[in-house]
Amino acid sequence: MTRKEILTGLGLALFVAIVLSPFASSSPDGLERVAEDHQFVGKAAEKSVAPEVFPDYTIPGVENKSFSTAIAGGLGTLILYFGGFGLARLLASRRDRVPNQSGT
Amino acid sequence: MHIPDGFLNVPVCAVTGLAAVAGLWMSVSRSQAALGERTIPLMGITSAFIFAAQMINFPVAGGTSGHLLGGVLAAILLGPWAGALVIALVLIVQCFLFQDGGVLVLGANIFNMALIGTVVPFWIYKPLSRGIGHIPAAALAAWVSVELASGMCAVELGISGTVPMGLAIKAMLGWHAVIGIGEAIITCVVLGYVNAVRPDLITTRAEATS
Repeated sequence: MTRKEILTGLGLALFVAIVLSPFASSSPDGLERVAEDHQFVGKAAEKSVAPEVFPDYTIPGVENKSFSTAIAGGLGTLILYFGGFGLARLLASRRDRVPNQSGT
Repeated sequence: MHIPDGFLNVPVCAVTGLAAVAGLWMSVSRSQAALGERTIPLMGITSAFIFAAQMINFPVAGGTSGHLLGGVLAAILLGPWAGALVIALVLIVQCFLFQDGGVLVLGANIFNMALIGTVVPFWIYKPLSRGIGHIPAAALAAWVSVELASGMCAVELGISGTVPMGLAIKAMLGWHAVIGIGEAIITCVVLGYVNAVRPDLITTRAEATS
Protein backbone atom coordinates (compact mmCIF):
# COMPACT_ATOMS: atom_id res chain seq x y z
CA MET A 1 0.00 0.00 0.00
CA THR A 2 1.25 3.45 -0.80
CA ARG A 3 1.62 6.17 1.83
CA LYS A 4 -1.29 8.01 0.26
CA GLU A 5 -3.56 4.95 0.54
CA ILE A 6 -2.59 4.39 4.17
CA LEU A 7 -3.29 8.04 5.04
CA THR A 8 -6.63 7.91 3.21
CA GLY A 9 -7.71 4.80 5.12
CA LEU A 10 -6.57 6.14 8.48
CA GLY A 11 -8.12 9.52 7.66
CA LEU A 12 -11.49 7.90 6.97
CA ALA A 13 -11.34 5.99 10.26
CA LEU A 14 -10.46 9.19 12.15
CA PHE A 15 -13.28 11.03 10.39
CA VAL A 16 -15.78 8.41 11.59
CA ALA A 17 -14.42 8.44 15.15
CA ILE A 18 -14.07 12.22 15.53
CA VAL A 19 -16.75 13.78 13.31
CA LEU A 20 -19.51 11.14 13.25
CA SER A 21 -19.26 9.73 16.80
CA PRO A 22 -21.07 12.64 18.53
CA PHE A 23 -24.09 11.84 16.32
CA ALA A 24 -24.27 8.17 17.38
CA SER A 25 -27.56 6.97 18.87
CA SER A 26 -27.52 6.70 22.66
CA SER A 27 -30.40 4.20 22.70
CA PRO A 28 -29.66 0.82 24.29
CA ASP A 29 -28.05 -1.69 21.92
CA GLY A 30 -29.60 -5.10 21.17
CA LEU A 31 -28.23 -6.86 24.26
CA GLU A 32 -29.03 -3.94 26.60
CA ARG A 33 -32.55 -3.82 25.21
CA VAL A 34 -33.05 -7.56 25.84
CA ALA A 35 -31.60 -7.13 29.35
CA GLU A 36 -34.07 -4.29 30.05
CA ASP A 37 -37.06 -6.16 28.62
CA HIS A 38 -36.31 -9.30 30.61
CA GLN A 39 -35.26 -7.61 33.84
CA PHE A 40 -31.65 -8.69 34.10
CA VAL A 41 -30.00 -5.37 33.25
CA GLY A 42 -29.42 -4.87 37.00
CA LYS A 43 -27.00 -7.80 37.01
CA ALA A 44 -24.42 -5.78 35.07
CA ALA A 45 -21.44 -4.80 37.21
CA GLU A 46 -21.61 -1.11 38.11
CA LYS A 47 -17.90 -0.54 37.76
CA SER A 48 -15.31 -2.27 35.61
CA VAL A 49 -12.42 -4.12 37.20
CA ALA A 50 -10.17 -2.39 34.66
CA PRO A 51 -8.88 1.13 35.41
CA GLU A 52 -11.05 3.86 33.90
CA VAL A 53 -8.96 5.40 31.16
CA PHE A 54 -11.68 6.63 28.78
CA PRO A 55 -14.89 5.81 30.71
CA ASP A 56 -17.84 5.45 28.32
CA TYR A 57 -15.74 6.81 25.43
CA THR A 58 -15.00 10.16 27.07
CA ILE A 59 -11.95 11.97 28.38
CA PRO A 60 -12.32 12.48 32.16
CA GLY A 61 -12.44 16.18 32.97
CA VAL A 62 -13.53 17.34 29.51
CA GLU A 63 -17.01 18.75 30.13
CA ASN A 64 -18.35 19.03 26.56
CA LYS A 65 -19.68 15.54 25.83
CA SER A 66 -19.33 15.71 22.02
CA PHE A 67 -15.78 17.08 22.21
CA SER A 68 -14.85 14.53 24.86
CA THR A 69 -16.22 11.63 22.79
CA ALA A 70 -14.53 12.90 19.63
CA ILE A 71 -11.11 13.10 21.31
CA ALA A 72 -11.47 9.71 23.04
CA GLY A 73 -12.60 8.19 19.72
CA GLY A 74 -9.72 9.75 17.81
CA LEU A 75 -7.17 8.51 20.35
CA GLY A 76 -8.71 5.02 20.34
CA THR A 77 -8.58 4.93 16.54
CA LEU A 78 -4.87 5.79 16.56
CA ILE A 79 -4.21 3.18 19.28
CA LEU A 80 -5.95 0.54 17.14
CA TYR A 81 -4.07 1.62 14.00
CA PHE A 82 -0.69 1.21 15.67
CA GLY A 83 -1.89 -1.90 17.52
CA GLY A 84 -3.08 -3.61 14.34
CA PHE A 85 0.01 -2.55 12.40
CA GLY A 86 2.32 -3.75 15.19
CA LEU A 87 0.51 -7.06 15.53
CA ALA A 88 0.71 -7.69 11.77
CA ARG A 89 4.42 -6.89 11.76
CA LEU A 90 5.02 -9.17 14.73
CA LEU A 91 3.17 -12.03 13.05
CA ALA A 92 5.02 -11.55 9.77
CA SER A 93 8.43 -11.39 11.47
CA ARG A 94 7.69 -14.51 13.52
CA ARG A 95 6.84 -16.34 10.34
CA ASP A 96 9.96 -15.15 8.54
CA ARG A 97 12.18 -16.44 11.35
CA VAL A 98 10.64 -19.91 11.08
CA PRO A 99 10.51 -20.35 7.29
CA ASN A 100 9.24 -23.94 7.33
CA GLN A 101 6.05 -22.74 9.05
CA SER A 102 5.14 -20.40 6.26
CA GLY A 103 3.29 -23.04 4.30
CA THR A 104 0.88 -23.93 7.09
CA MET B 1 -23.52 -6.87 22.03
CA HIS B 2 -20.52 -6.38 24.32
CA ILE B 3 -21.44 -8.42 27.42
CA PRO B 4 -20.76 -6.59 30.71
CA ASP B 5 -19.44 -8.37 33.79
CA GLY B 6 -22.23 -9.89 35.86
CA PHE B 7 -24.29 -11.37 33.02
CA LEU B 8 -22.42 -14.69 32.78
CA ASN B 9 -21.56 -17.10 35.57
CA VAL B 10 -18.04 -18.25 36.39
CA PRO B 11 -18.15 -21.64 34.58
CA VAL B 12 -19.39 -19.98 31.37
CA CYS B 13 -16.68 -17.30 31.66
CA ALA B 14 -14.05 -20.03 32.15
CA VAL B 15 -15.17 -22.24 29.25
CA THR B 16 -15.58 -19.35 26.78
CA GLY B 17 -12.26 -17.93 28.01
CA LEU B 18 -10.48 -21.19 27.19
CA ALA B 19 -12.27 -21.39 23.83
CA ALA B 20 -11.16 -17.82 23.05
CA VAL B 21 -7.52 -18.59 23.94
CA ALA B 22 -7.58 -21.74 21.78
CA GLY B 23 -9.20 -19.86 18.88
CA LEU B 24 -6.75 -16.98 19.06
CA TRP B 25 -3.83 -19.42 19.24
CA MET B 26 -5.08 -21.01 16.05
CA SER B 27 -5.61 -17.57 14.49
CA VAL B 28 -2.02 -16.56 15.22
CA SER B 29 -0.54 -19.64 13.56
CA ARG B 30 -2.91 -19.56 10.58
CA SER B 31 -2.77 -15.84 9.89
CA GLN B 32 1.00 -15.75 9.57
CA ALA B 33 0.98 -17.31 6.12
CA ALA B 34 -1.59 -14.84 4.88
CA LEU B 35 0.23 -11.69 6.02
CA GLY B 36 2.60 -10.07 3.59
CA GLU B 37 4.13 -6.60 3.29
CA ARG B 38 0.95 -5.76 1.37
CA THR B 39 -1.36 -6.47 4.29
CA ILE B 40 0.64 -5.16 7.29
CA PRO B 41 -0.62 -1.55 7.03
CA LEU B 42 -4.06 -2.86 6.00
CA MET B 43 -4.36 -4.66 9.34
CA GLY B 44 -3.71 -1.35 11.11
CA ILE B 45 -6.27 0.51 9.01
CA THR B 46 -8.89 -2.24 9.39
CA SER B 47 -8.44 -2.29 13.18
CA ALA B 48 -8.71 1.51 13.36
CA PHE B 49 -11.74 1.67 11.07
CA ILE B 50 -13.68 -1.09 12.85
CA PHE B 51 -13.03 0.51 16.25
CA ALA B 52 -14.26 3.86 14.90
CA ALA B 53 -17.30 2.35 13.18
CA GLN B 54 -18.25 0.45 16.34
CA MET B 55 -18.66 3.82 18.07
CA ILE B 56 -21.46 4.75 15.68
CA ASN B 57 -24.67 3.30 17.08
CA PHE B 58 -27.42 3.56 14.48
CA PRO B 59 -31.05 3.58 15.61
CA VAL B 60 -33.16 0.56 14.70
CA ALA B 61 -36.82 -0.01 15.57
CA GLY B 62 -38.39 0.80 18.92
CA GLY B 63 -35.77 2.88 20.74
CA THR B 64 -33.00 0.35 20.23
CA SER B 65 -29.67 0.83 18.48
CA GLY B 66 -26.98 -1.30 16.95
CA HIS B 67 -23.49 -0.84 15.63
CA LEU B 68 -21.13 -2.58 13.23
CA LEU B 69 -19.46 -5.77 14.41
CA GLY B 70 -17.07 -5.80 11.46
CA GLY B 71 -16.11 -9.47 11.52
CA VAL B 72 -17.04 -10.21 7.92
CA LEU B 73 -15.46 -6.96 6.72
CA ALA B 74 -12.17 -7.80 8.48
CA ALA B 75 -12.25 -11.41 7.24
CA ILE B 76 -12.79 -10.40 3.61
CA LEU B 77 -9.94 -7.86 3.70
CA LEU B 78 -7.42 -9.89 5.72
CA GLY B 79 -8.55 -13.50 5.65
CA PRO B 80 -10.61 -15.08 8.45
CA TRP B 81 -7.76 -15.67 10.92
CA ALA B 82 -6.12 -12.25 10.77
CA GLY B 83 -9.67 -10.87 10.72
CA ALA B 84 -10.40 -12.67 13.99
CA LEU B 85 -7.25 -11.16 15.51
CA VAL B 86 -8.37 -7.66 14.44
CA ILE B 87 -11.79 -8.04 16.12
CA ALA B 88 -10.12 -9.51 19.24
CA LEU B 89 -7.71 -6.57 19.35
CA VAL B 90 -10.60 -4.09 19.10
CA LEU B 91 -12.45 -5.91 21.93
CA ILE B 92 -9.36 -5.98 24.16
CA VAL B 93 -8.74 -2.23 23.75
CA GLN B 94 -12.45 -1.47 24.29
CA CYS B 95 -12.47 -3.62 27.44
CA PHE B 96 -9.35 -2.20 29.09
CA LEU B 97 -9.35 1.43 27.92
CA PHE B 98 -13.02 2.23 27.25
CA GLN B 99 -14.84 0.06 29.83
CA ASP B 100 -16.91 -1.38 26.97
CA GLY B 101 -17.44 -5.08 27.69
CA GLY B 102 -16.49 -6.75 30.97
CA VAL B 103 -13.08 -8.11 31.93
CA LEU B 104 -14.22 -11.53 33.21
CA VAL B 105 -16.42 -11.96 30.12
CA LEU B 106 -13.72 -10.79 27.68
CA GLY B 107 -13.20 -14.40 26.59
CA ALA B 108 -16.92 -14.78 25.86
CA ASN B 109 -16.99 -11.53 23.87
CA ILE B 110 -13.92 -12.62 21.86
CA PHE B 111 -15.39 -16.08 21.31
CA ASN B 112 -18.76 -14.69 20.16
CA MET B 113 -17.65 -11.82 17.96
CA ALA B 114 -14.03 -12.47 16.90
CA LEU B 115 -14.40 -16.21 16.30
CA ILE B 116 -18.07 -17.20 15.82
CA GLY B 117 -18.97 -13.84 14.22
CA THR B 118 -15.87 -13.62 11.99
CA VAL B 119 -14.38 -16.98 11.01
CA VAL B 120 -17.65 -18.92 10.60
CA PRO B 121 -19.45 -16.40 8.32
CA PHE B 122 -16.32 -16.18 6.15
CA TRP B 123 -16.83 -19.86 5.32
CA ILE B 124 -20.30 -18.90 4.13
CA TYR B 125 -19.03 -15.88 2.18
CA LYS B 126 -16.24 -17.66 0.36
CA PRO B 127 -18.15 -20.33 -1.62
CA LEU B 128 -21.12 -18.01 -2.02
CA SER B 129 -19.02 -15.19 -3.52
CA ARG B 130 -18.16 -17.36 -6.52
CA GLY B 131 -21.81 -18.02 -7.20
CA ILE B 132 -23.61 -14.75 -6.49
CA GLY B 133 -20.73 -12.25 -6.46
CA HIS B 134 -18.69 -10.55 -3.72
CA ILE B 135 -21.12 -7.91 -2.55
CA PRO B 136 -24.31 -10.00 -2.22
CA ALA B 137 -22.29 -12.78 -0.54
CA ALA B 138 -20.77 -10.24 1.86
CA ALA B 139 -24.22 -8.84 2.70
CA LEU B 140 -25.59 -12.26 3.54
CA ALA B 141 -22.50 -13.31 5.53
CA ALA B 142 -22.58 -10.01 7.46
CA TRP B 143 -26.21 -10.53 8.46
CA VAL B 144 -25.54 -14.16 9.44
CA SER B 145 -22.48 -13.05 11.42
CA VAL B 146 -24.56 -10.82 13.71
CA GLU B 147 -27.17 -13.55 14.19
CA LEU B 148 -24.49 -16.15 15.01
CA ALA B 149 -22.70 -13.92 17.52
CA SER B 150 -25.92 -12.80 19.22
CA GLY B 151 -27.27 -16.37 19.24
CA MET B 152 -24.09 -17.57 20.94
CA CYS B 153 -24.40 -14.72 23.44
CA ALA B 154 -28.00 -15.80 24.15
CA VAL B 155 -26.92 -19.41 24.74
CA GLU B 156 -24.28 -18.20 27.24
CA LEU B 157 -26.89 -16.07 29.03
CA GLY B 158 -29.21 -19.08 29.15
CA ILE B 159 -26.58 -21.50 30.48
CA SER B 160 -25.57 -18.91 33.10
CA GLY B 161 -29.19 -18.85 34.31
CA THR B 162 -29.40 -15.10 33.72
CA VAL B 163 -32.53 -15.44 31.59
CA PRO B 164 -34.43 -18.53 30.33
CA MET B 165 -32.64 -19.95 27.28
CA GLY B 166 -35.58 -19.93 24.85
CA LEU B 167 -36.49 -16.37 25.75
CA ALA B 168 -32.88 -15.21 25.38
CA ILE B 169 -32.46 -16.81 21.96
CA LYS B 170 -35.76 -15.46 20.65
CA ALA B 171 -35.16 -11.92 21.90
CA MET B 172 -31.49 -11.73 20.87
CA LEU B 173 -32.03 -13.19 17.38
CA GLY B 174 -35.08 -10.96 16.90
CA TRP B 175 -33.37 -7.64 17.63
CA HIS B 176 -30.15 -8.65 15.87
CA ALA B 177 -32.03 -9.70 12.73
CA VAL B 178 -32.75 -5.98 12.34
CA ILE B 179 -29.30 -4.81 13.49
CA GLY B 180 -27.80 -7.29 11.01
CA ILE B 181 -29.35 -5.34 8.12
CA GLY B 182 -27.25 -2.34 9.22
CA GLU B 183 -24.21 -4.62 9.43
CA ALA B 184 -24.85 -5.82 5.87
CA ILE B 185 -25.27 -2.28 4.51
CA ILE B 186 -22.12 -0.88 6.17
CA THR B 187 -20.07 -3.94 5.18
CA CYS B 188 -21.17 -3.60 1.53
CA VAL B 189 -20.58 0.16 1.38
CA VAL B 190 -17.03 -0.23 2.70
CA LEU B 191 -16.28 -3.24 0.46
CA GLY B 192 -17.76 -1.40 -2.51
CA TYR B 193 -15.36 1.48 -1.85
CA VAL B 194 -12.35 -0.84 -1.43
CA ASN B 195 -13.40 -2.71 -4.56
CA ALA B 196 -13.44 0.58 -6.48
CA VAL B 197 -10.02 1.83 -5.34
CA ARG B 198 -8.05 -1.38 -4.64
CA PRO B 199 -9.92 -4.45 -5.91
CA ASP B 200 -6.87 -6.61 -5.20
CA LEU B 201 -7.43 -6.13 -1.44
CA ILE B 202 -10.55 -8.31 -1.53
CA THR B 203 -9.11 -11.60 -0.20
CA THR B 204 -10.90 -14.08 -2.39
CA ARG B 205 -9.99 -12.11 -5.52
CA ALA B 206 -6.31 -11.89 -4.48
CA GLU B 207 -6.28 -15.66 -4.06
CA ALA B 208 -7.82 -16.17 -7.47
CA THR B 209 -5.20 -14.07 -9.22
CA SER B 210 -2.08 -15.16 -7.33
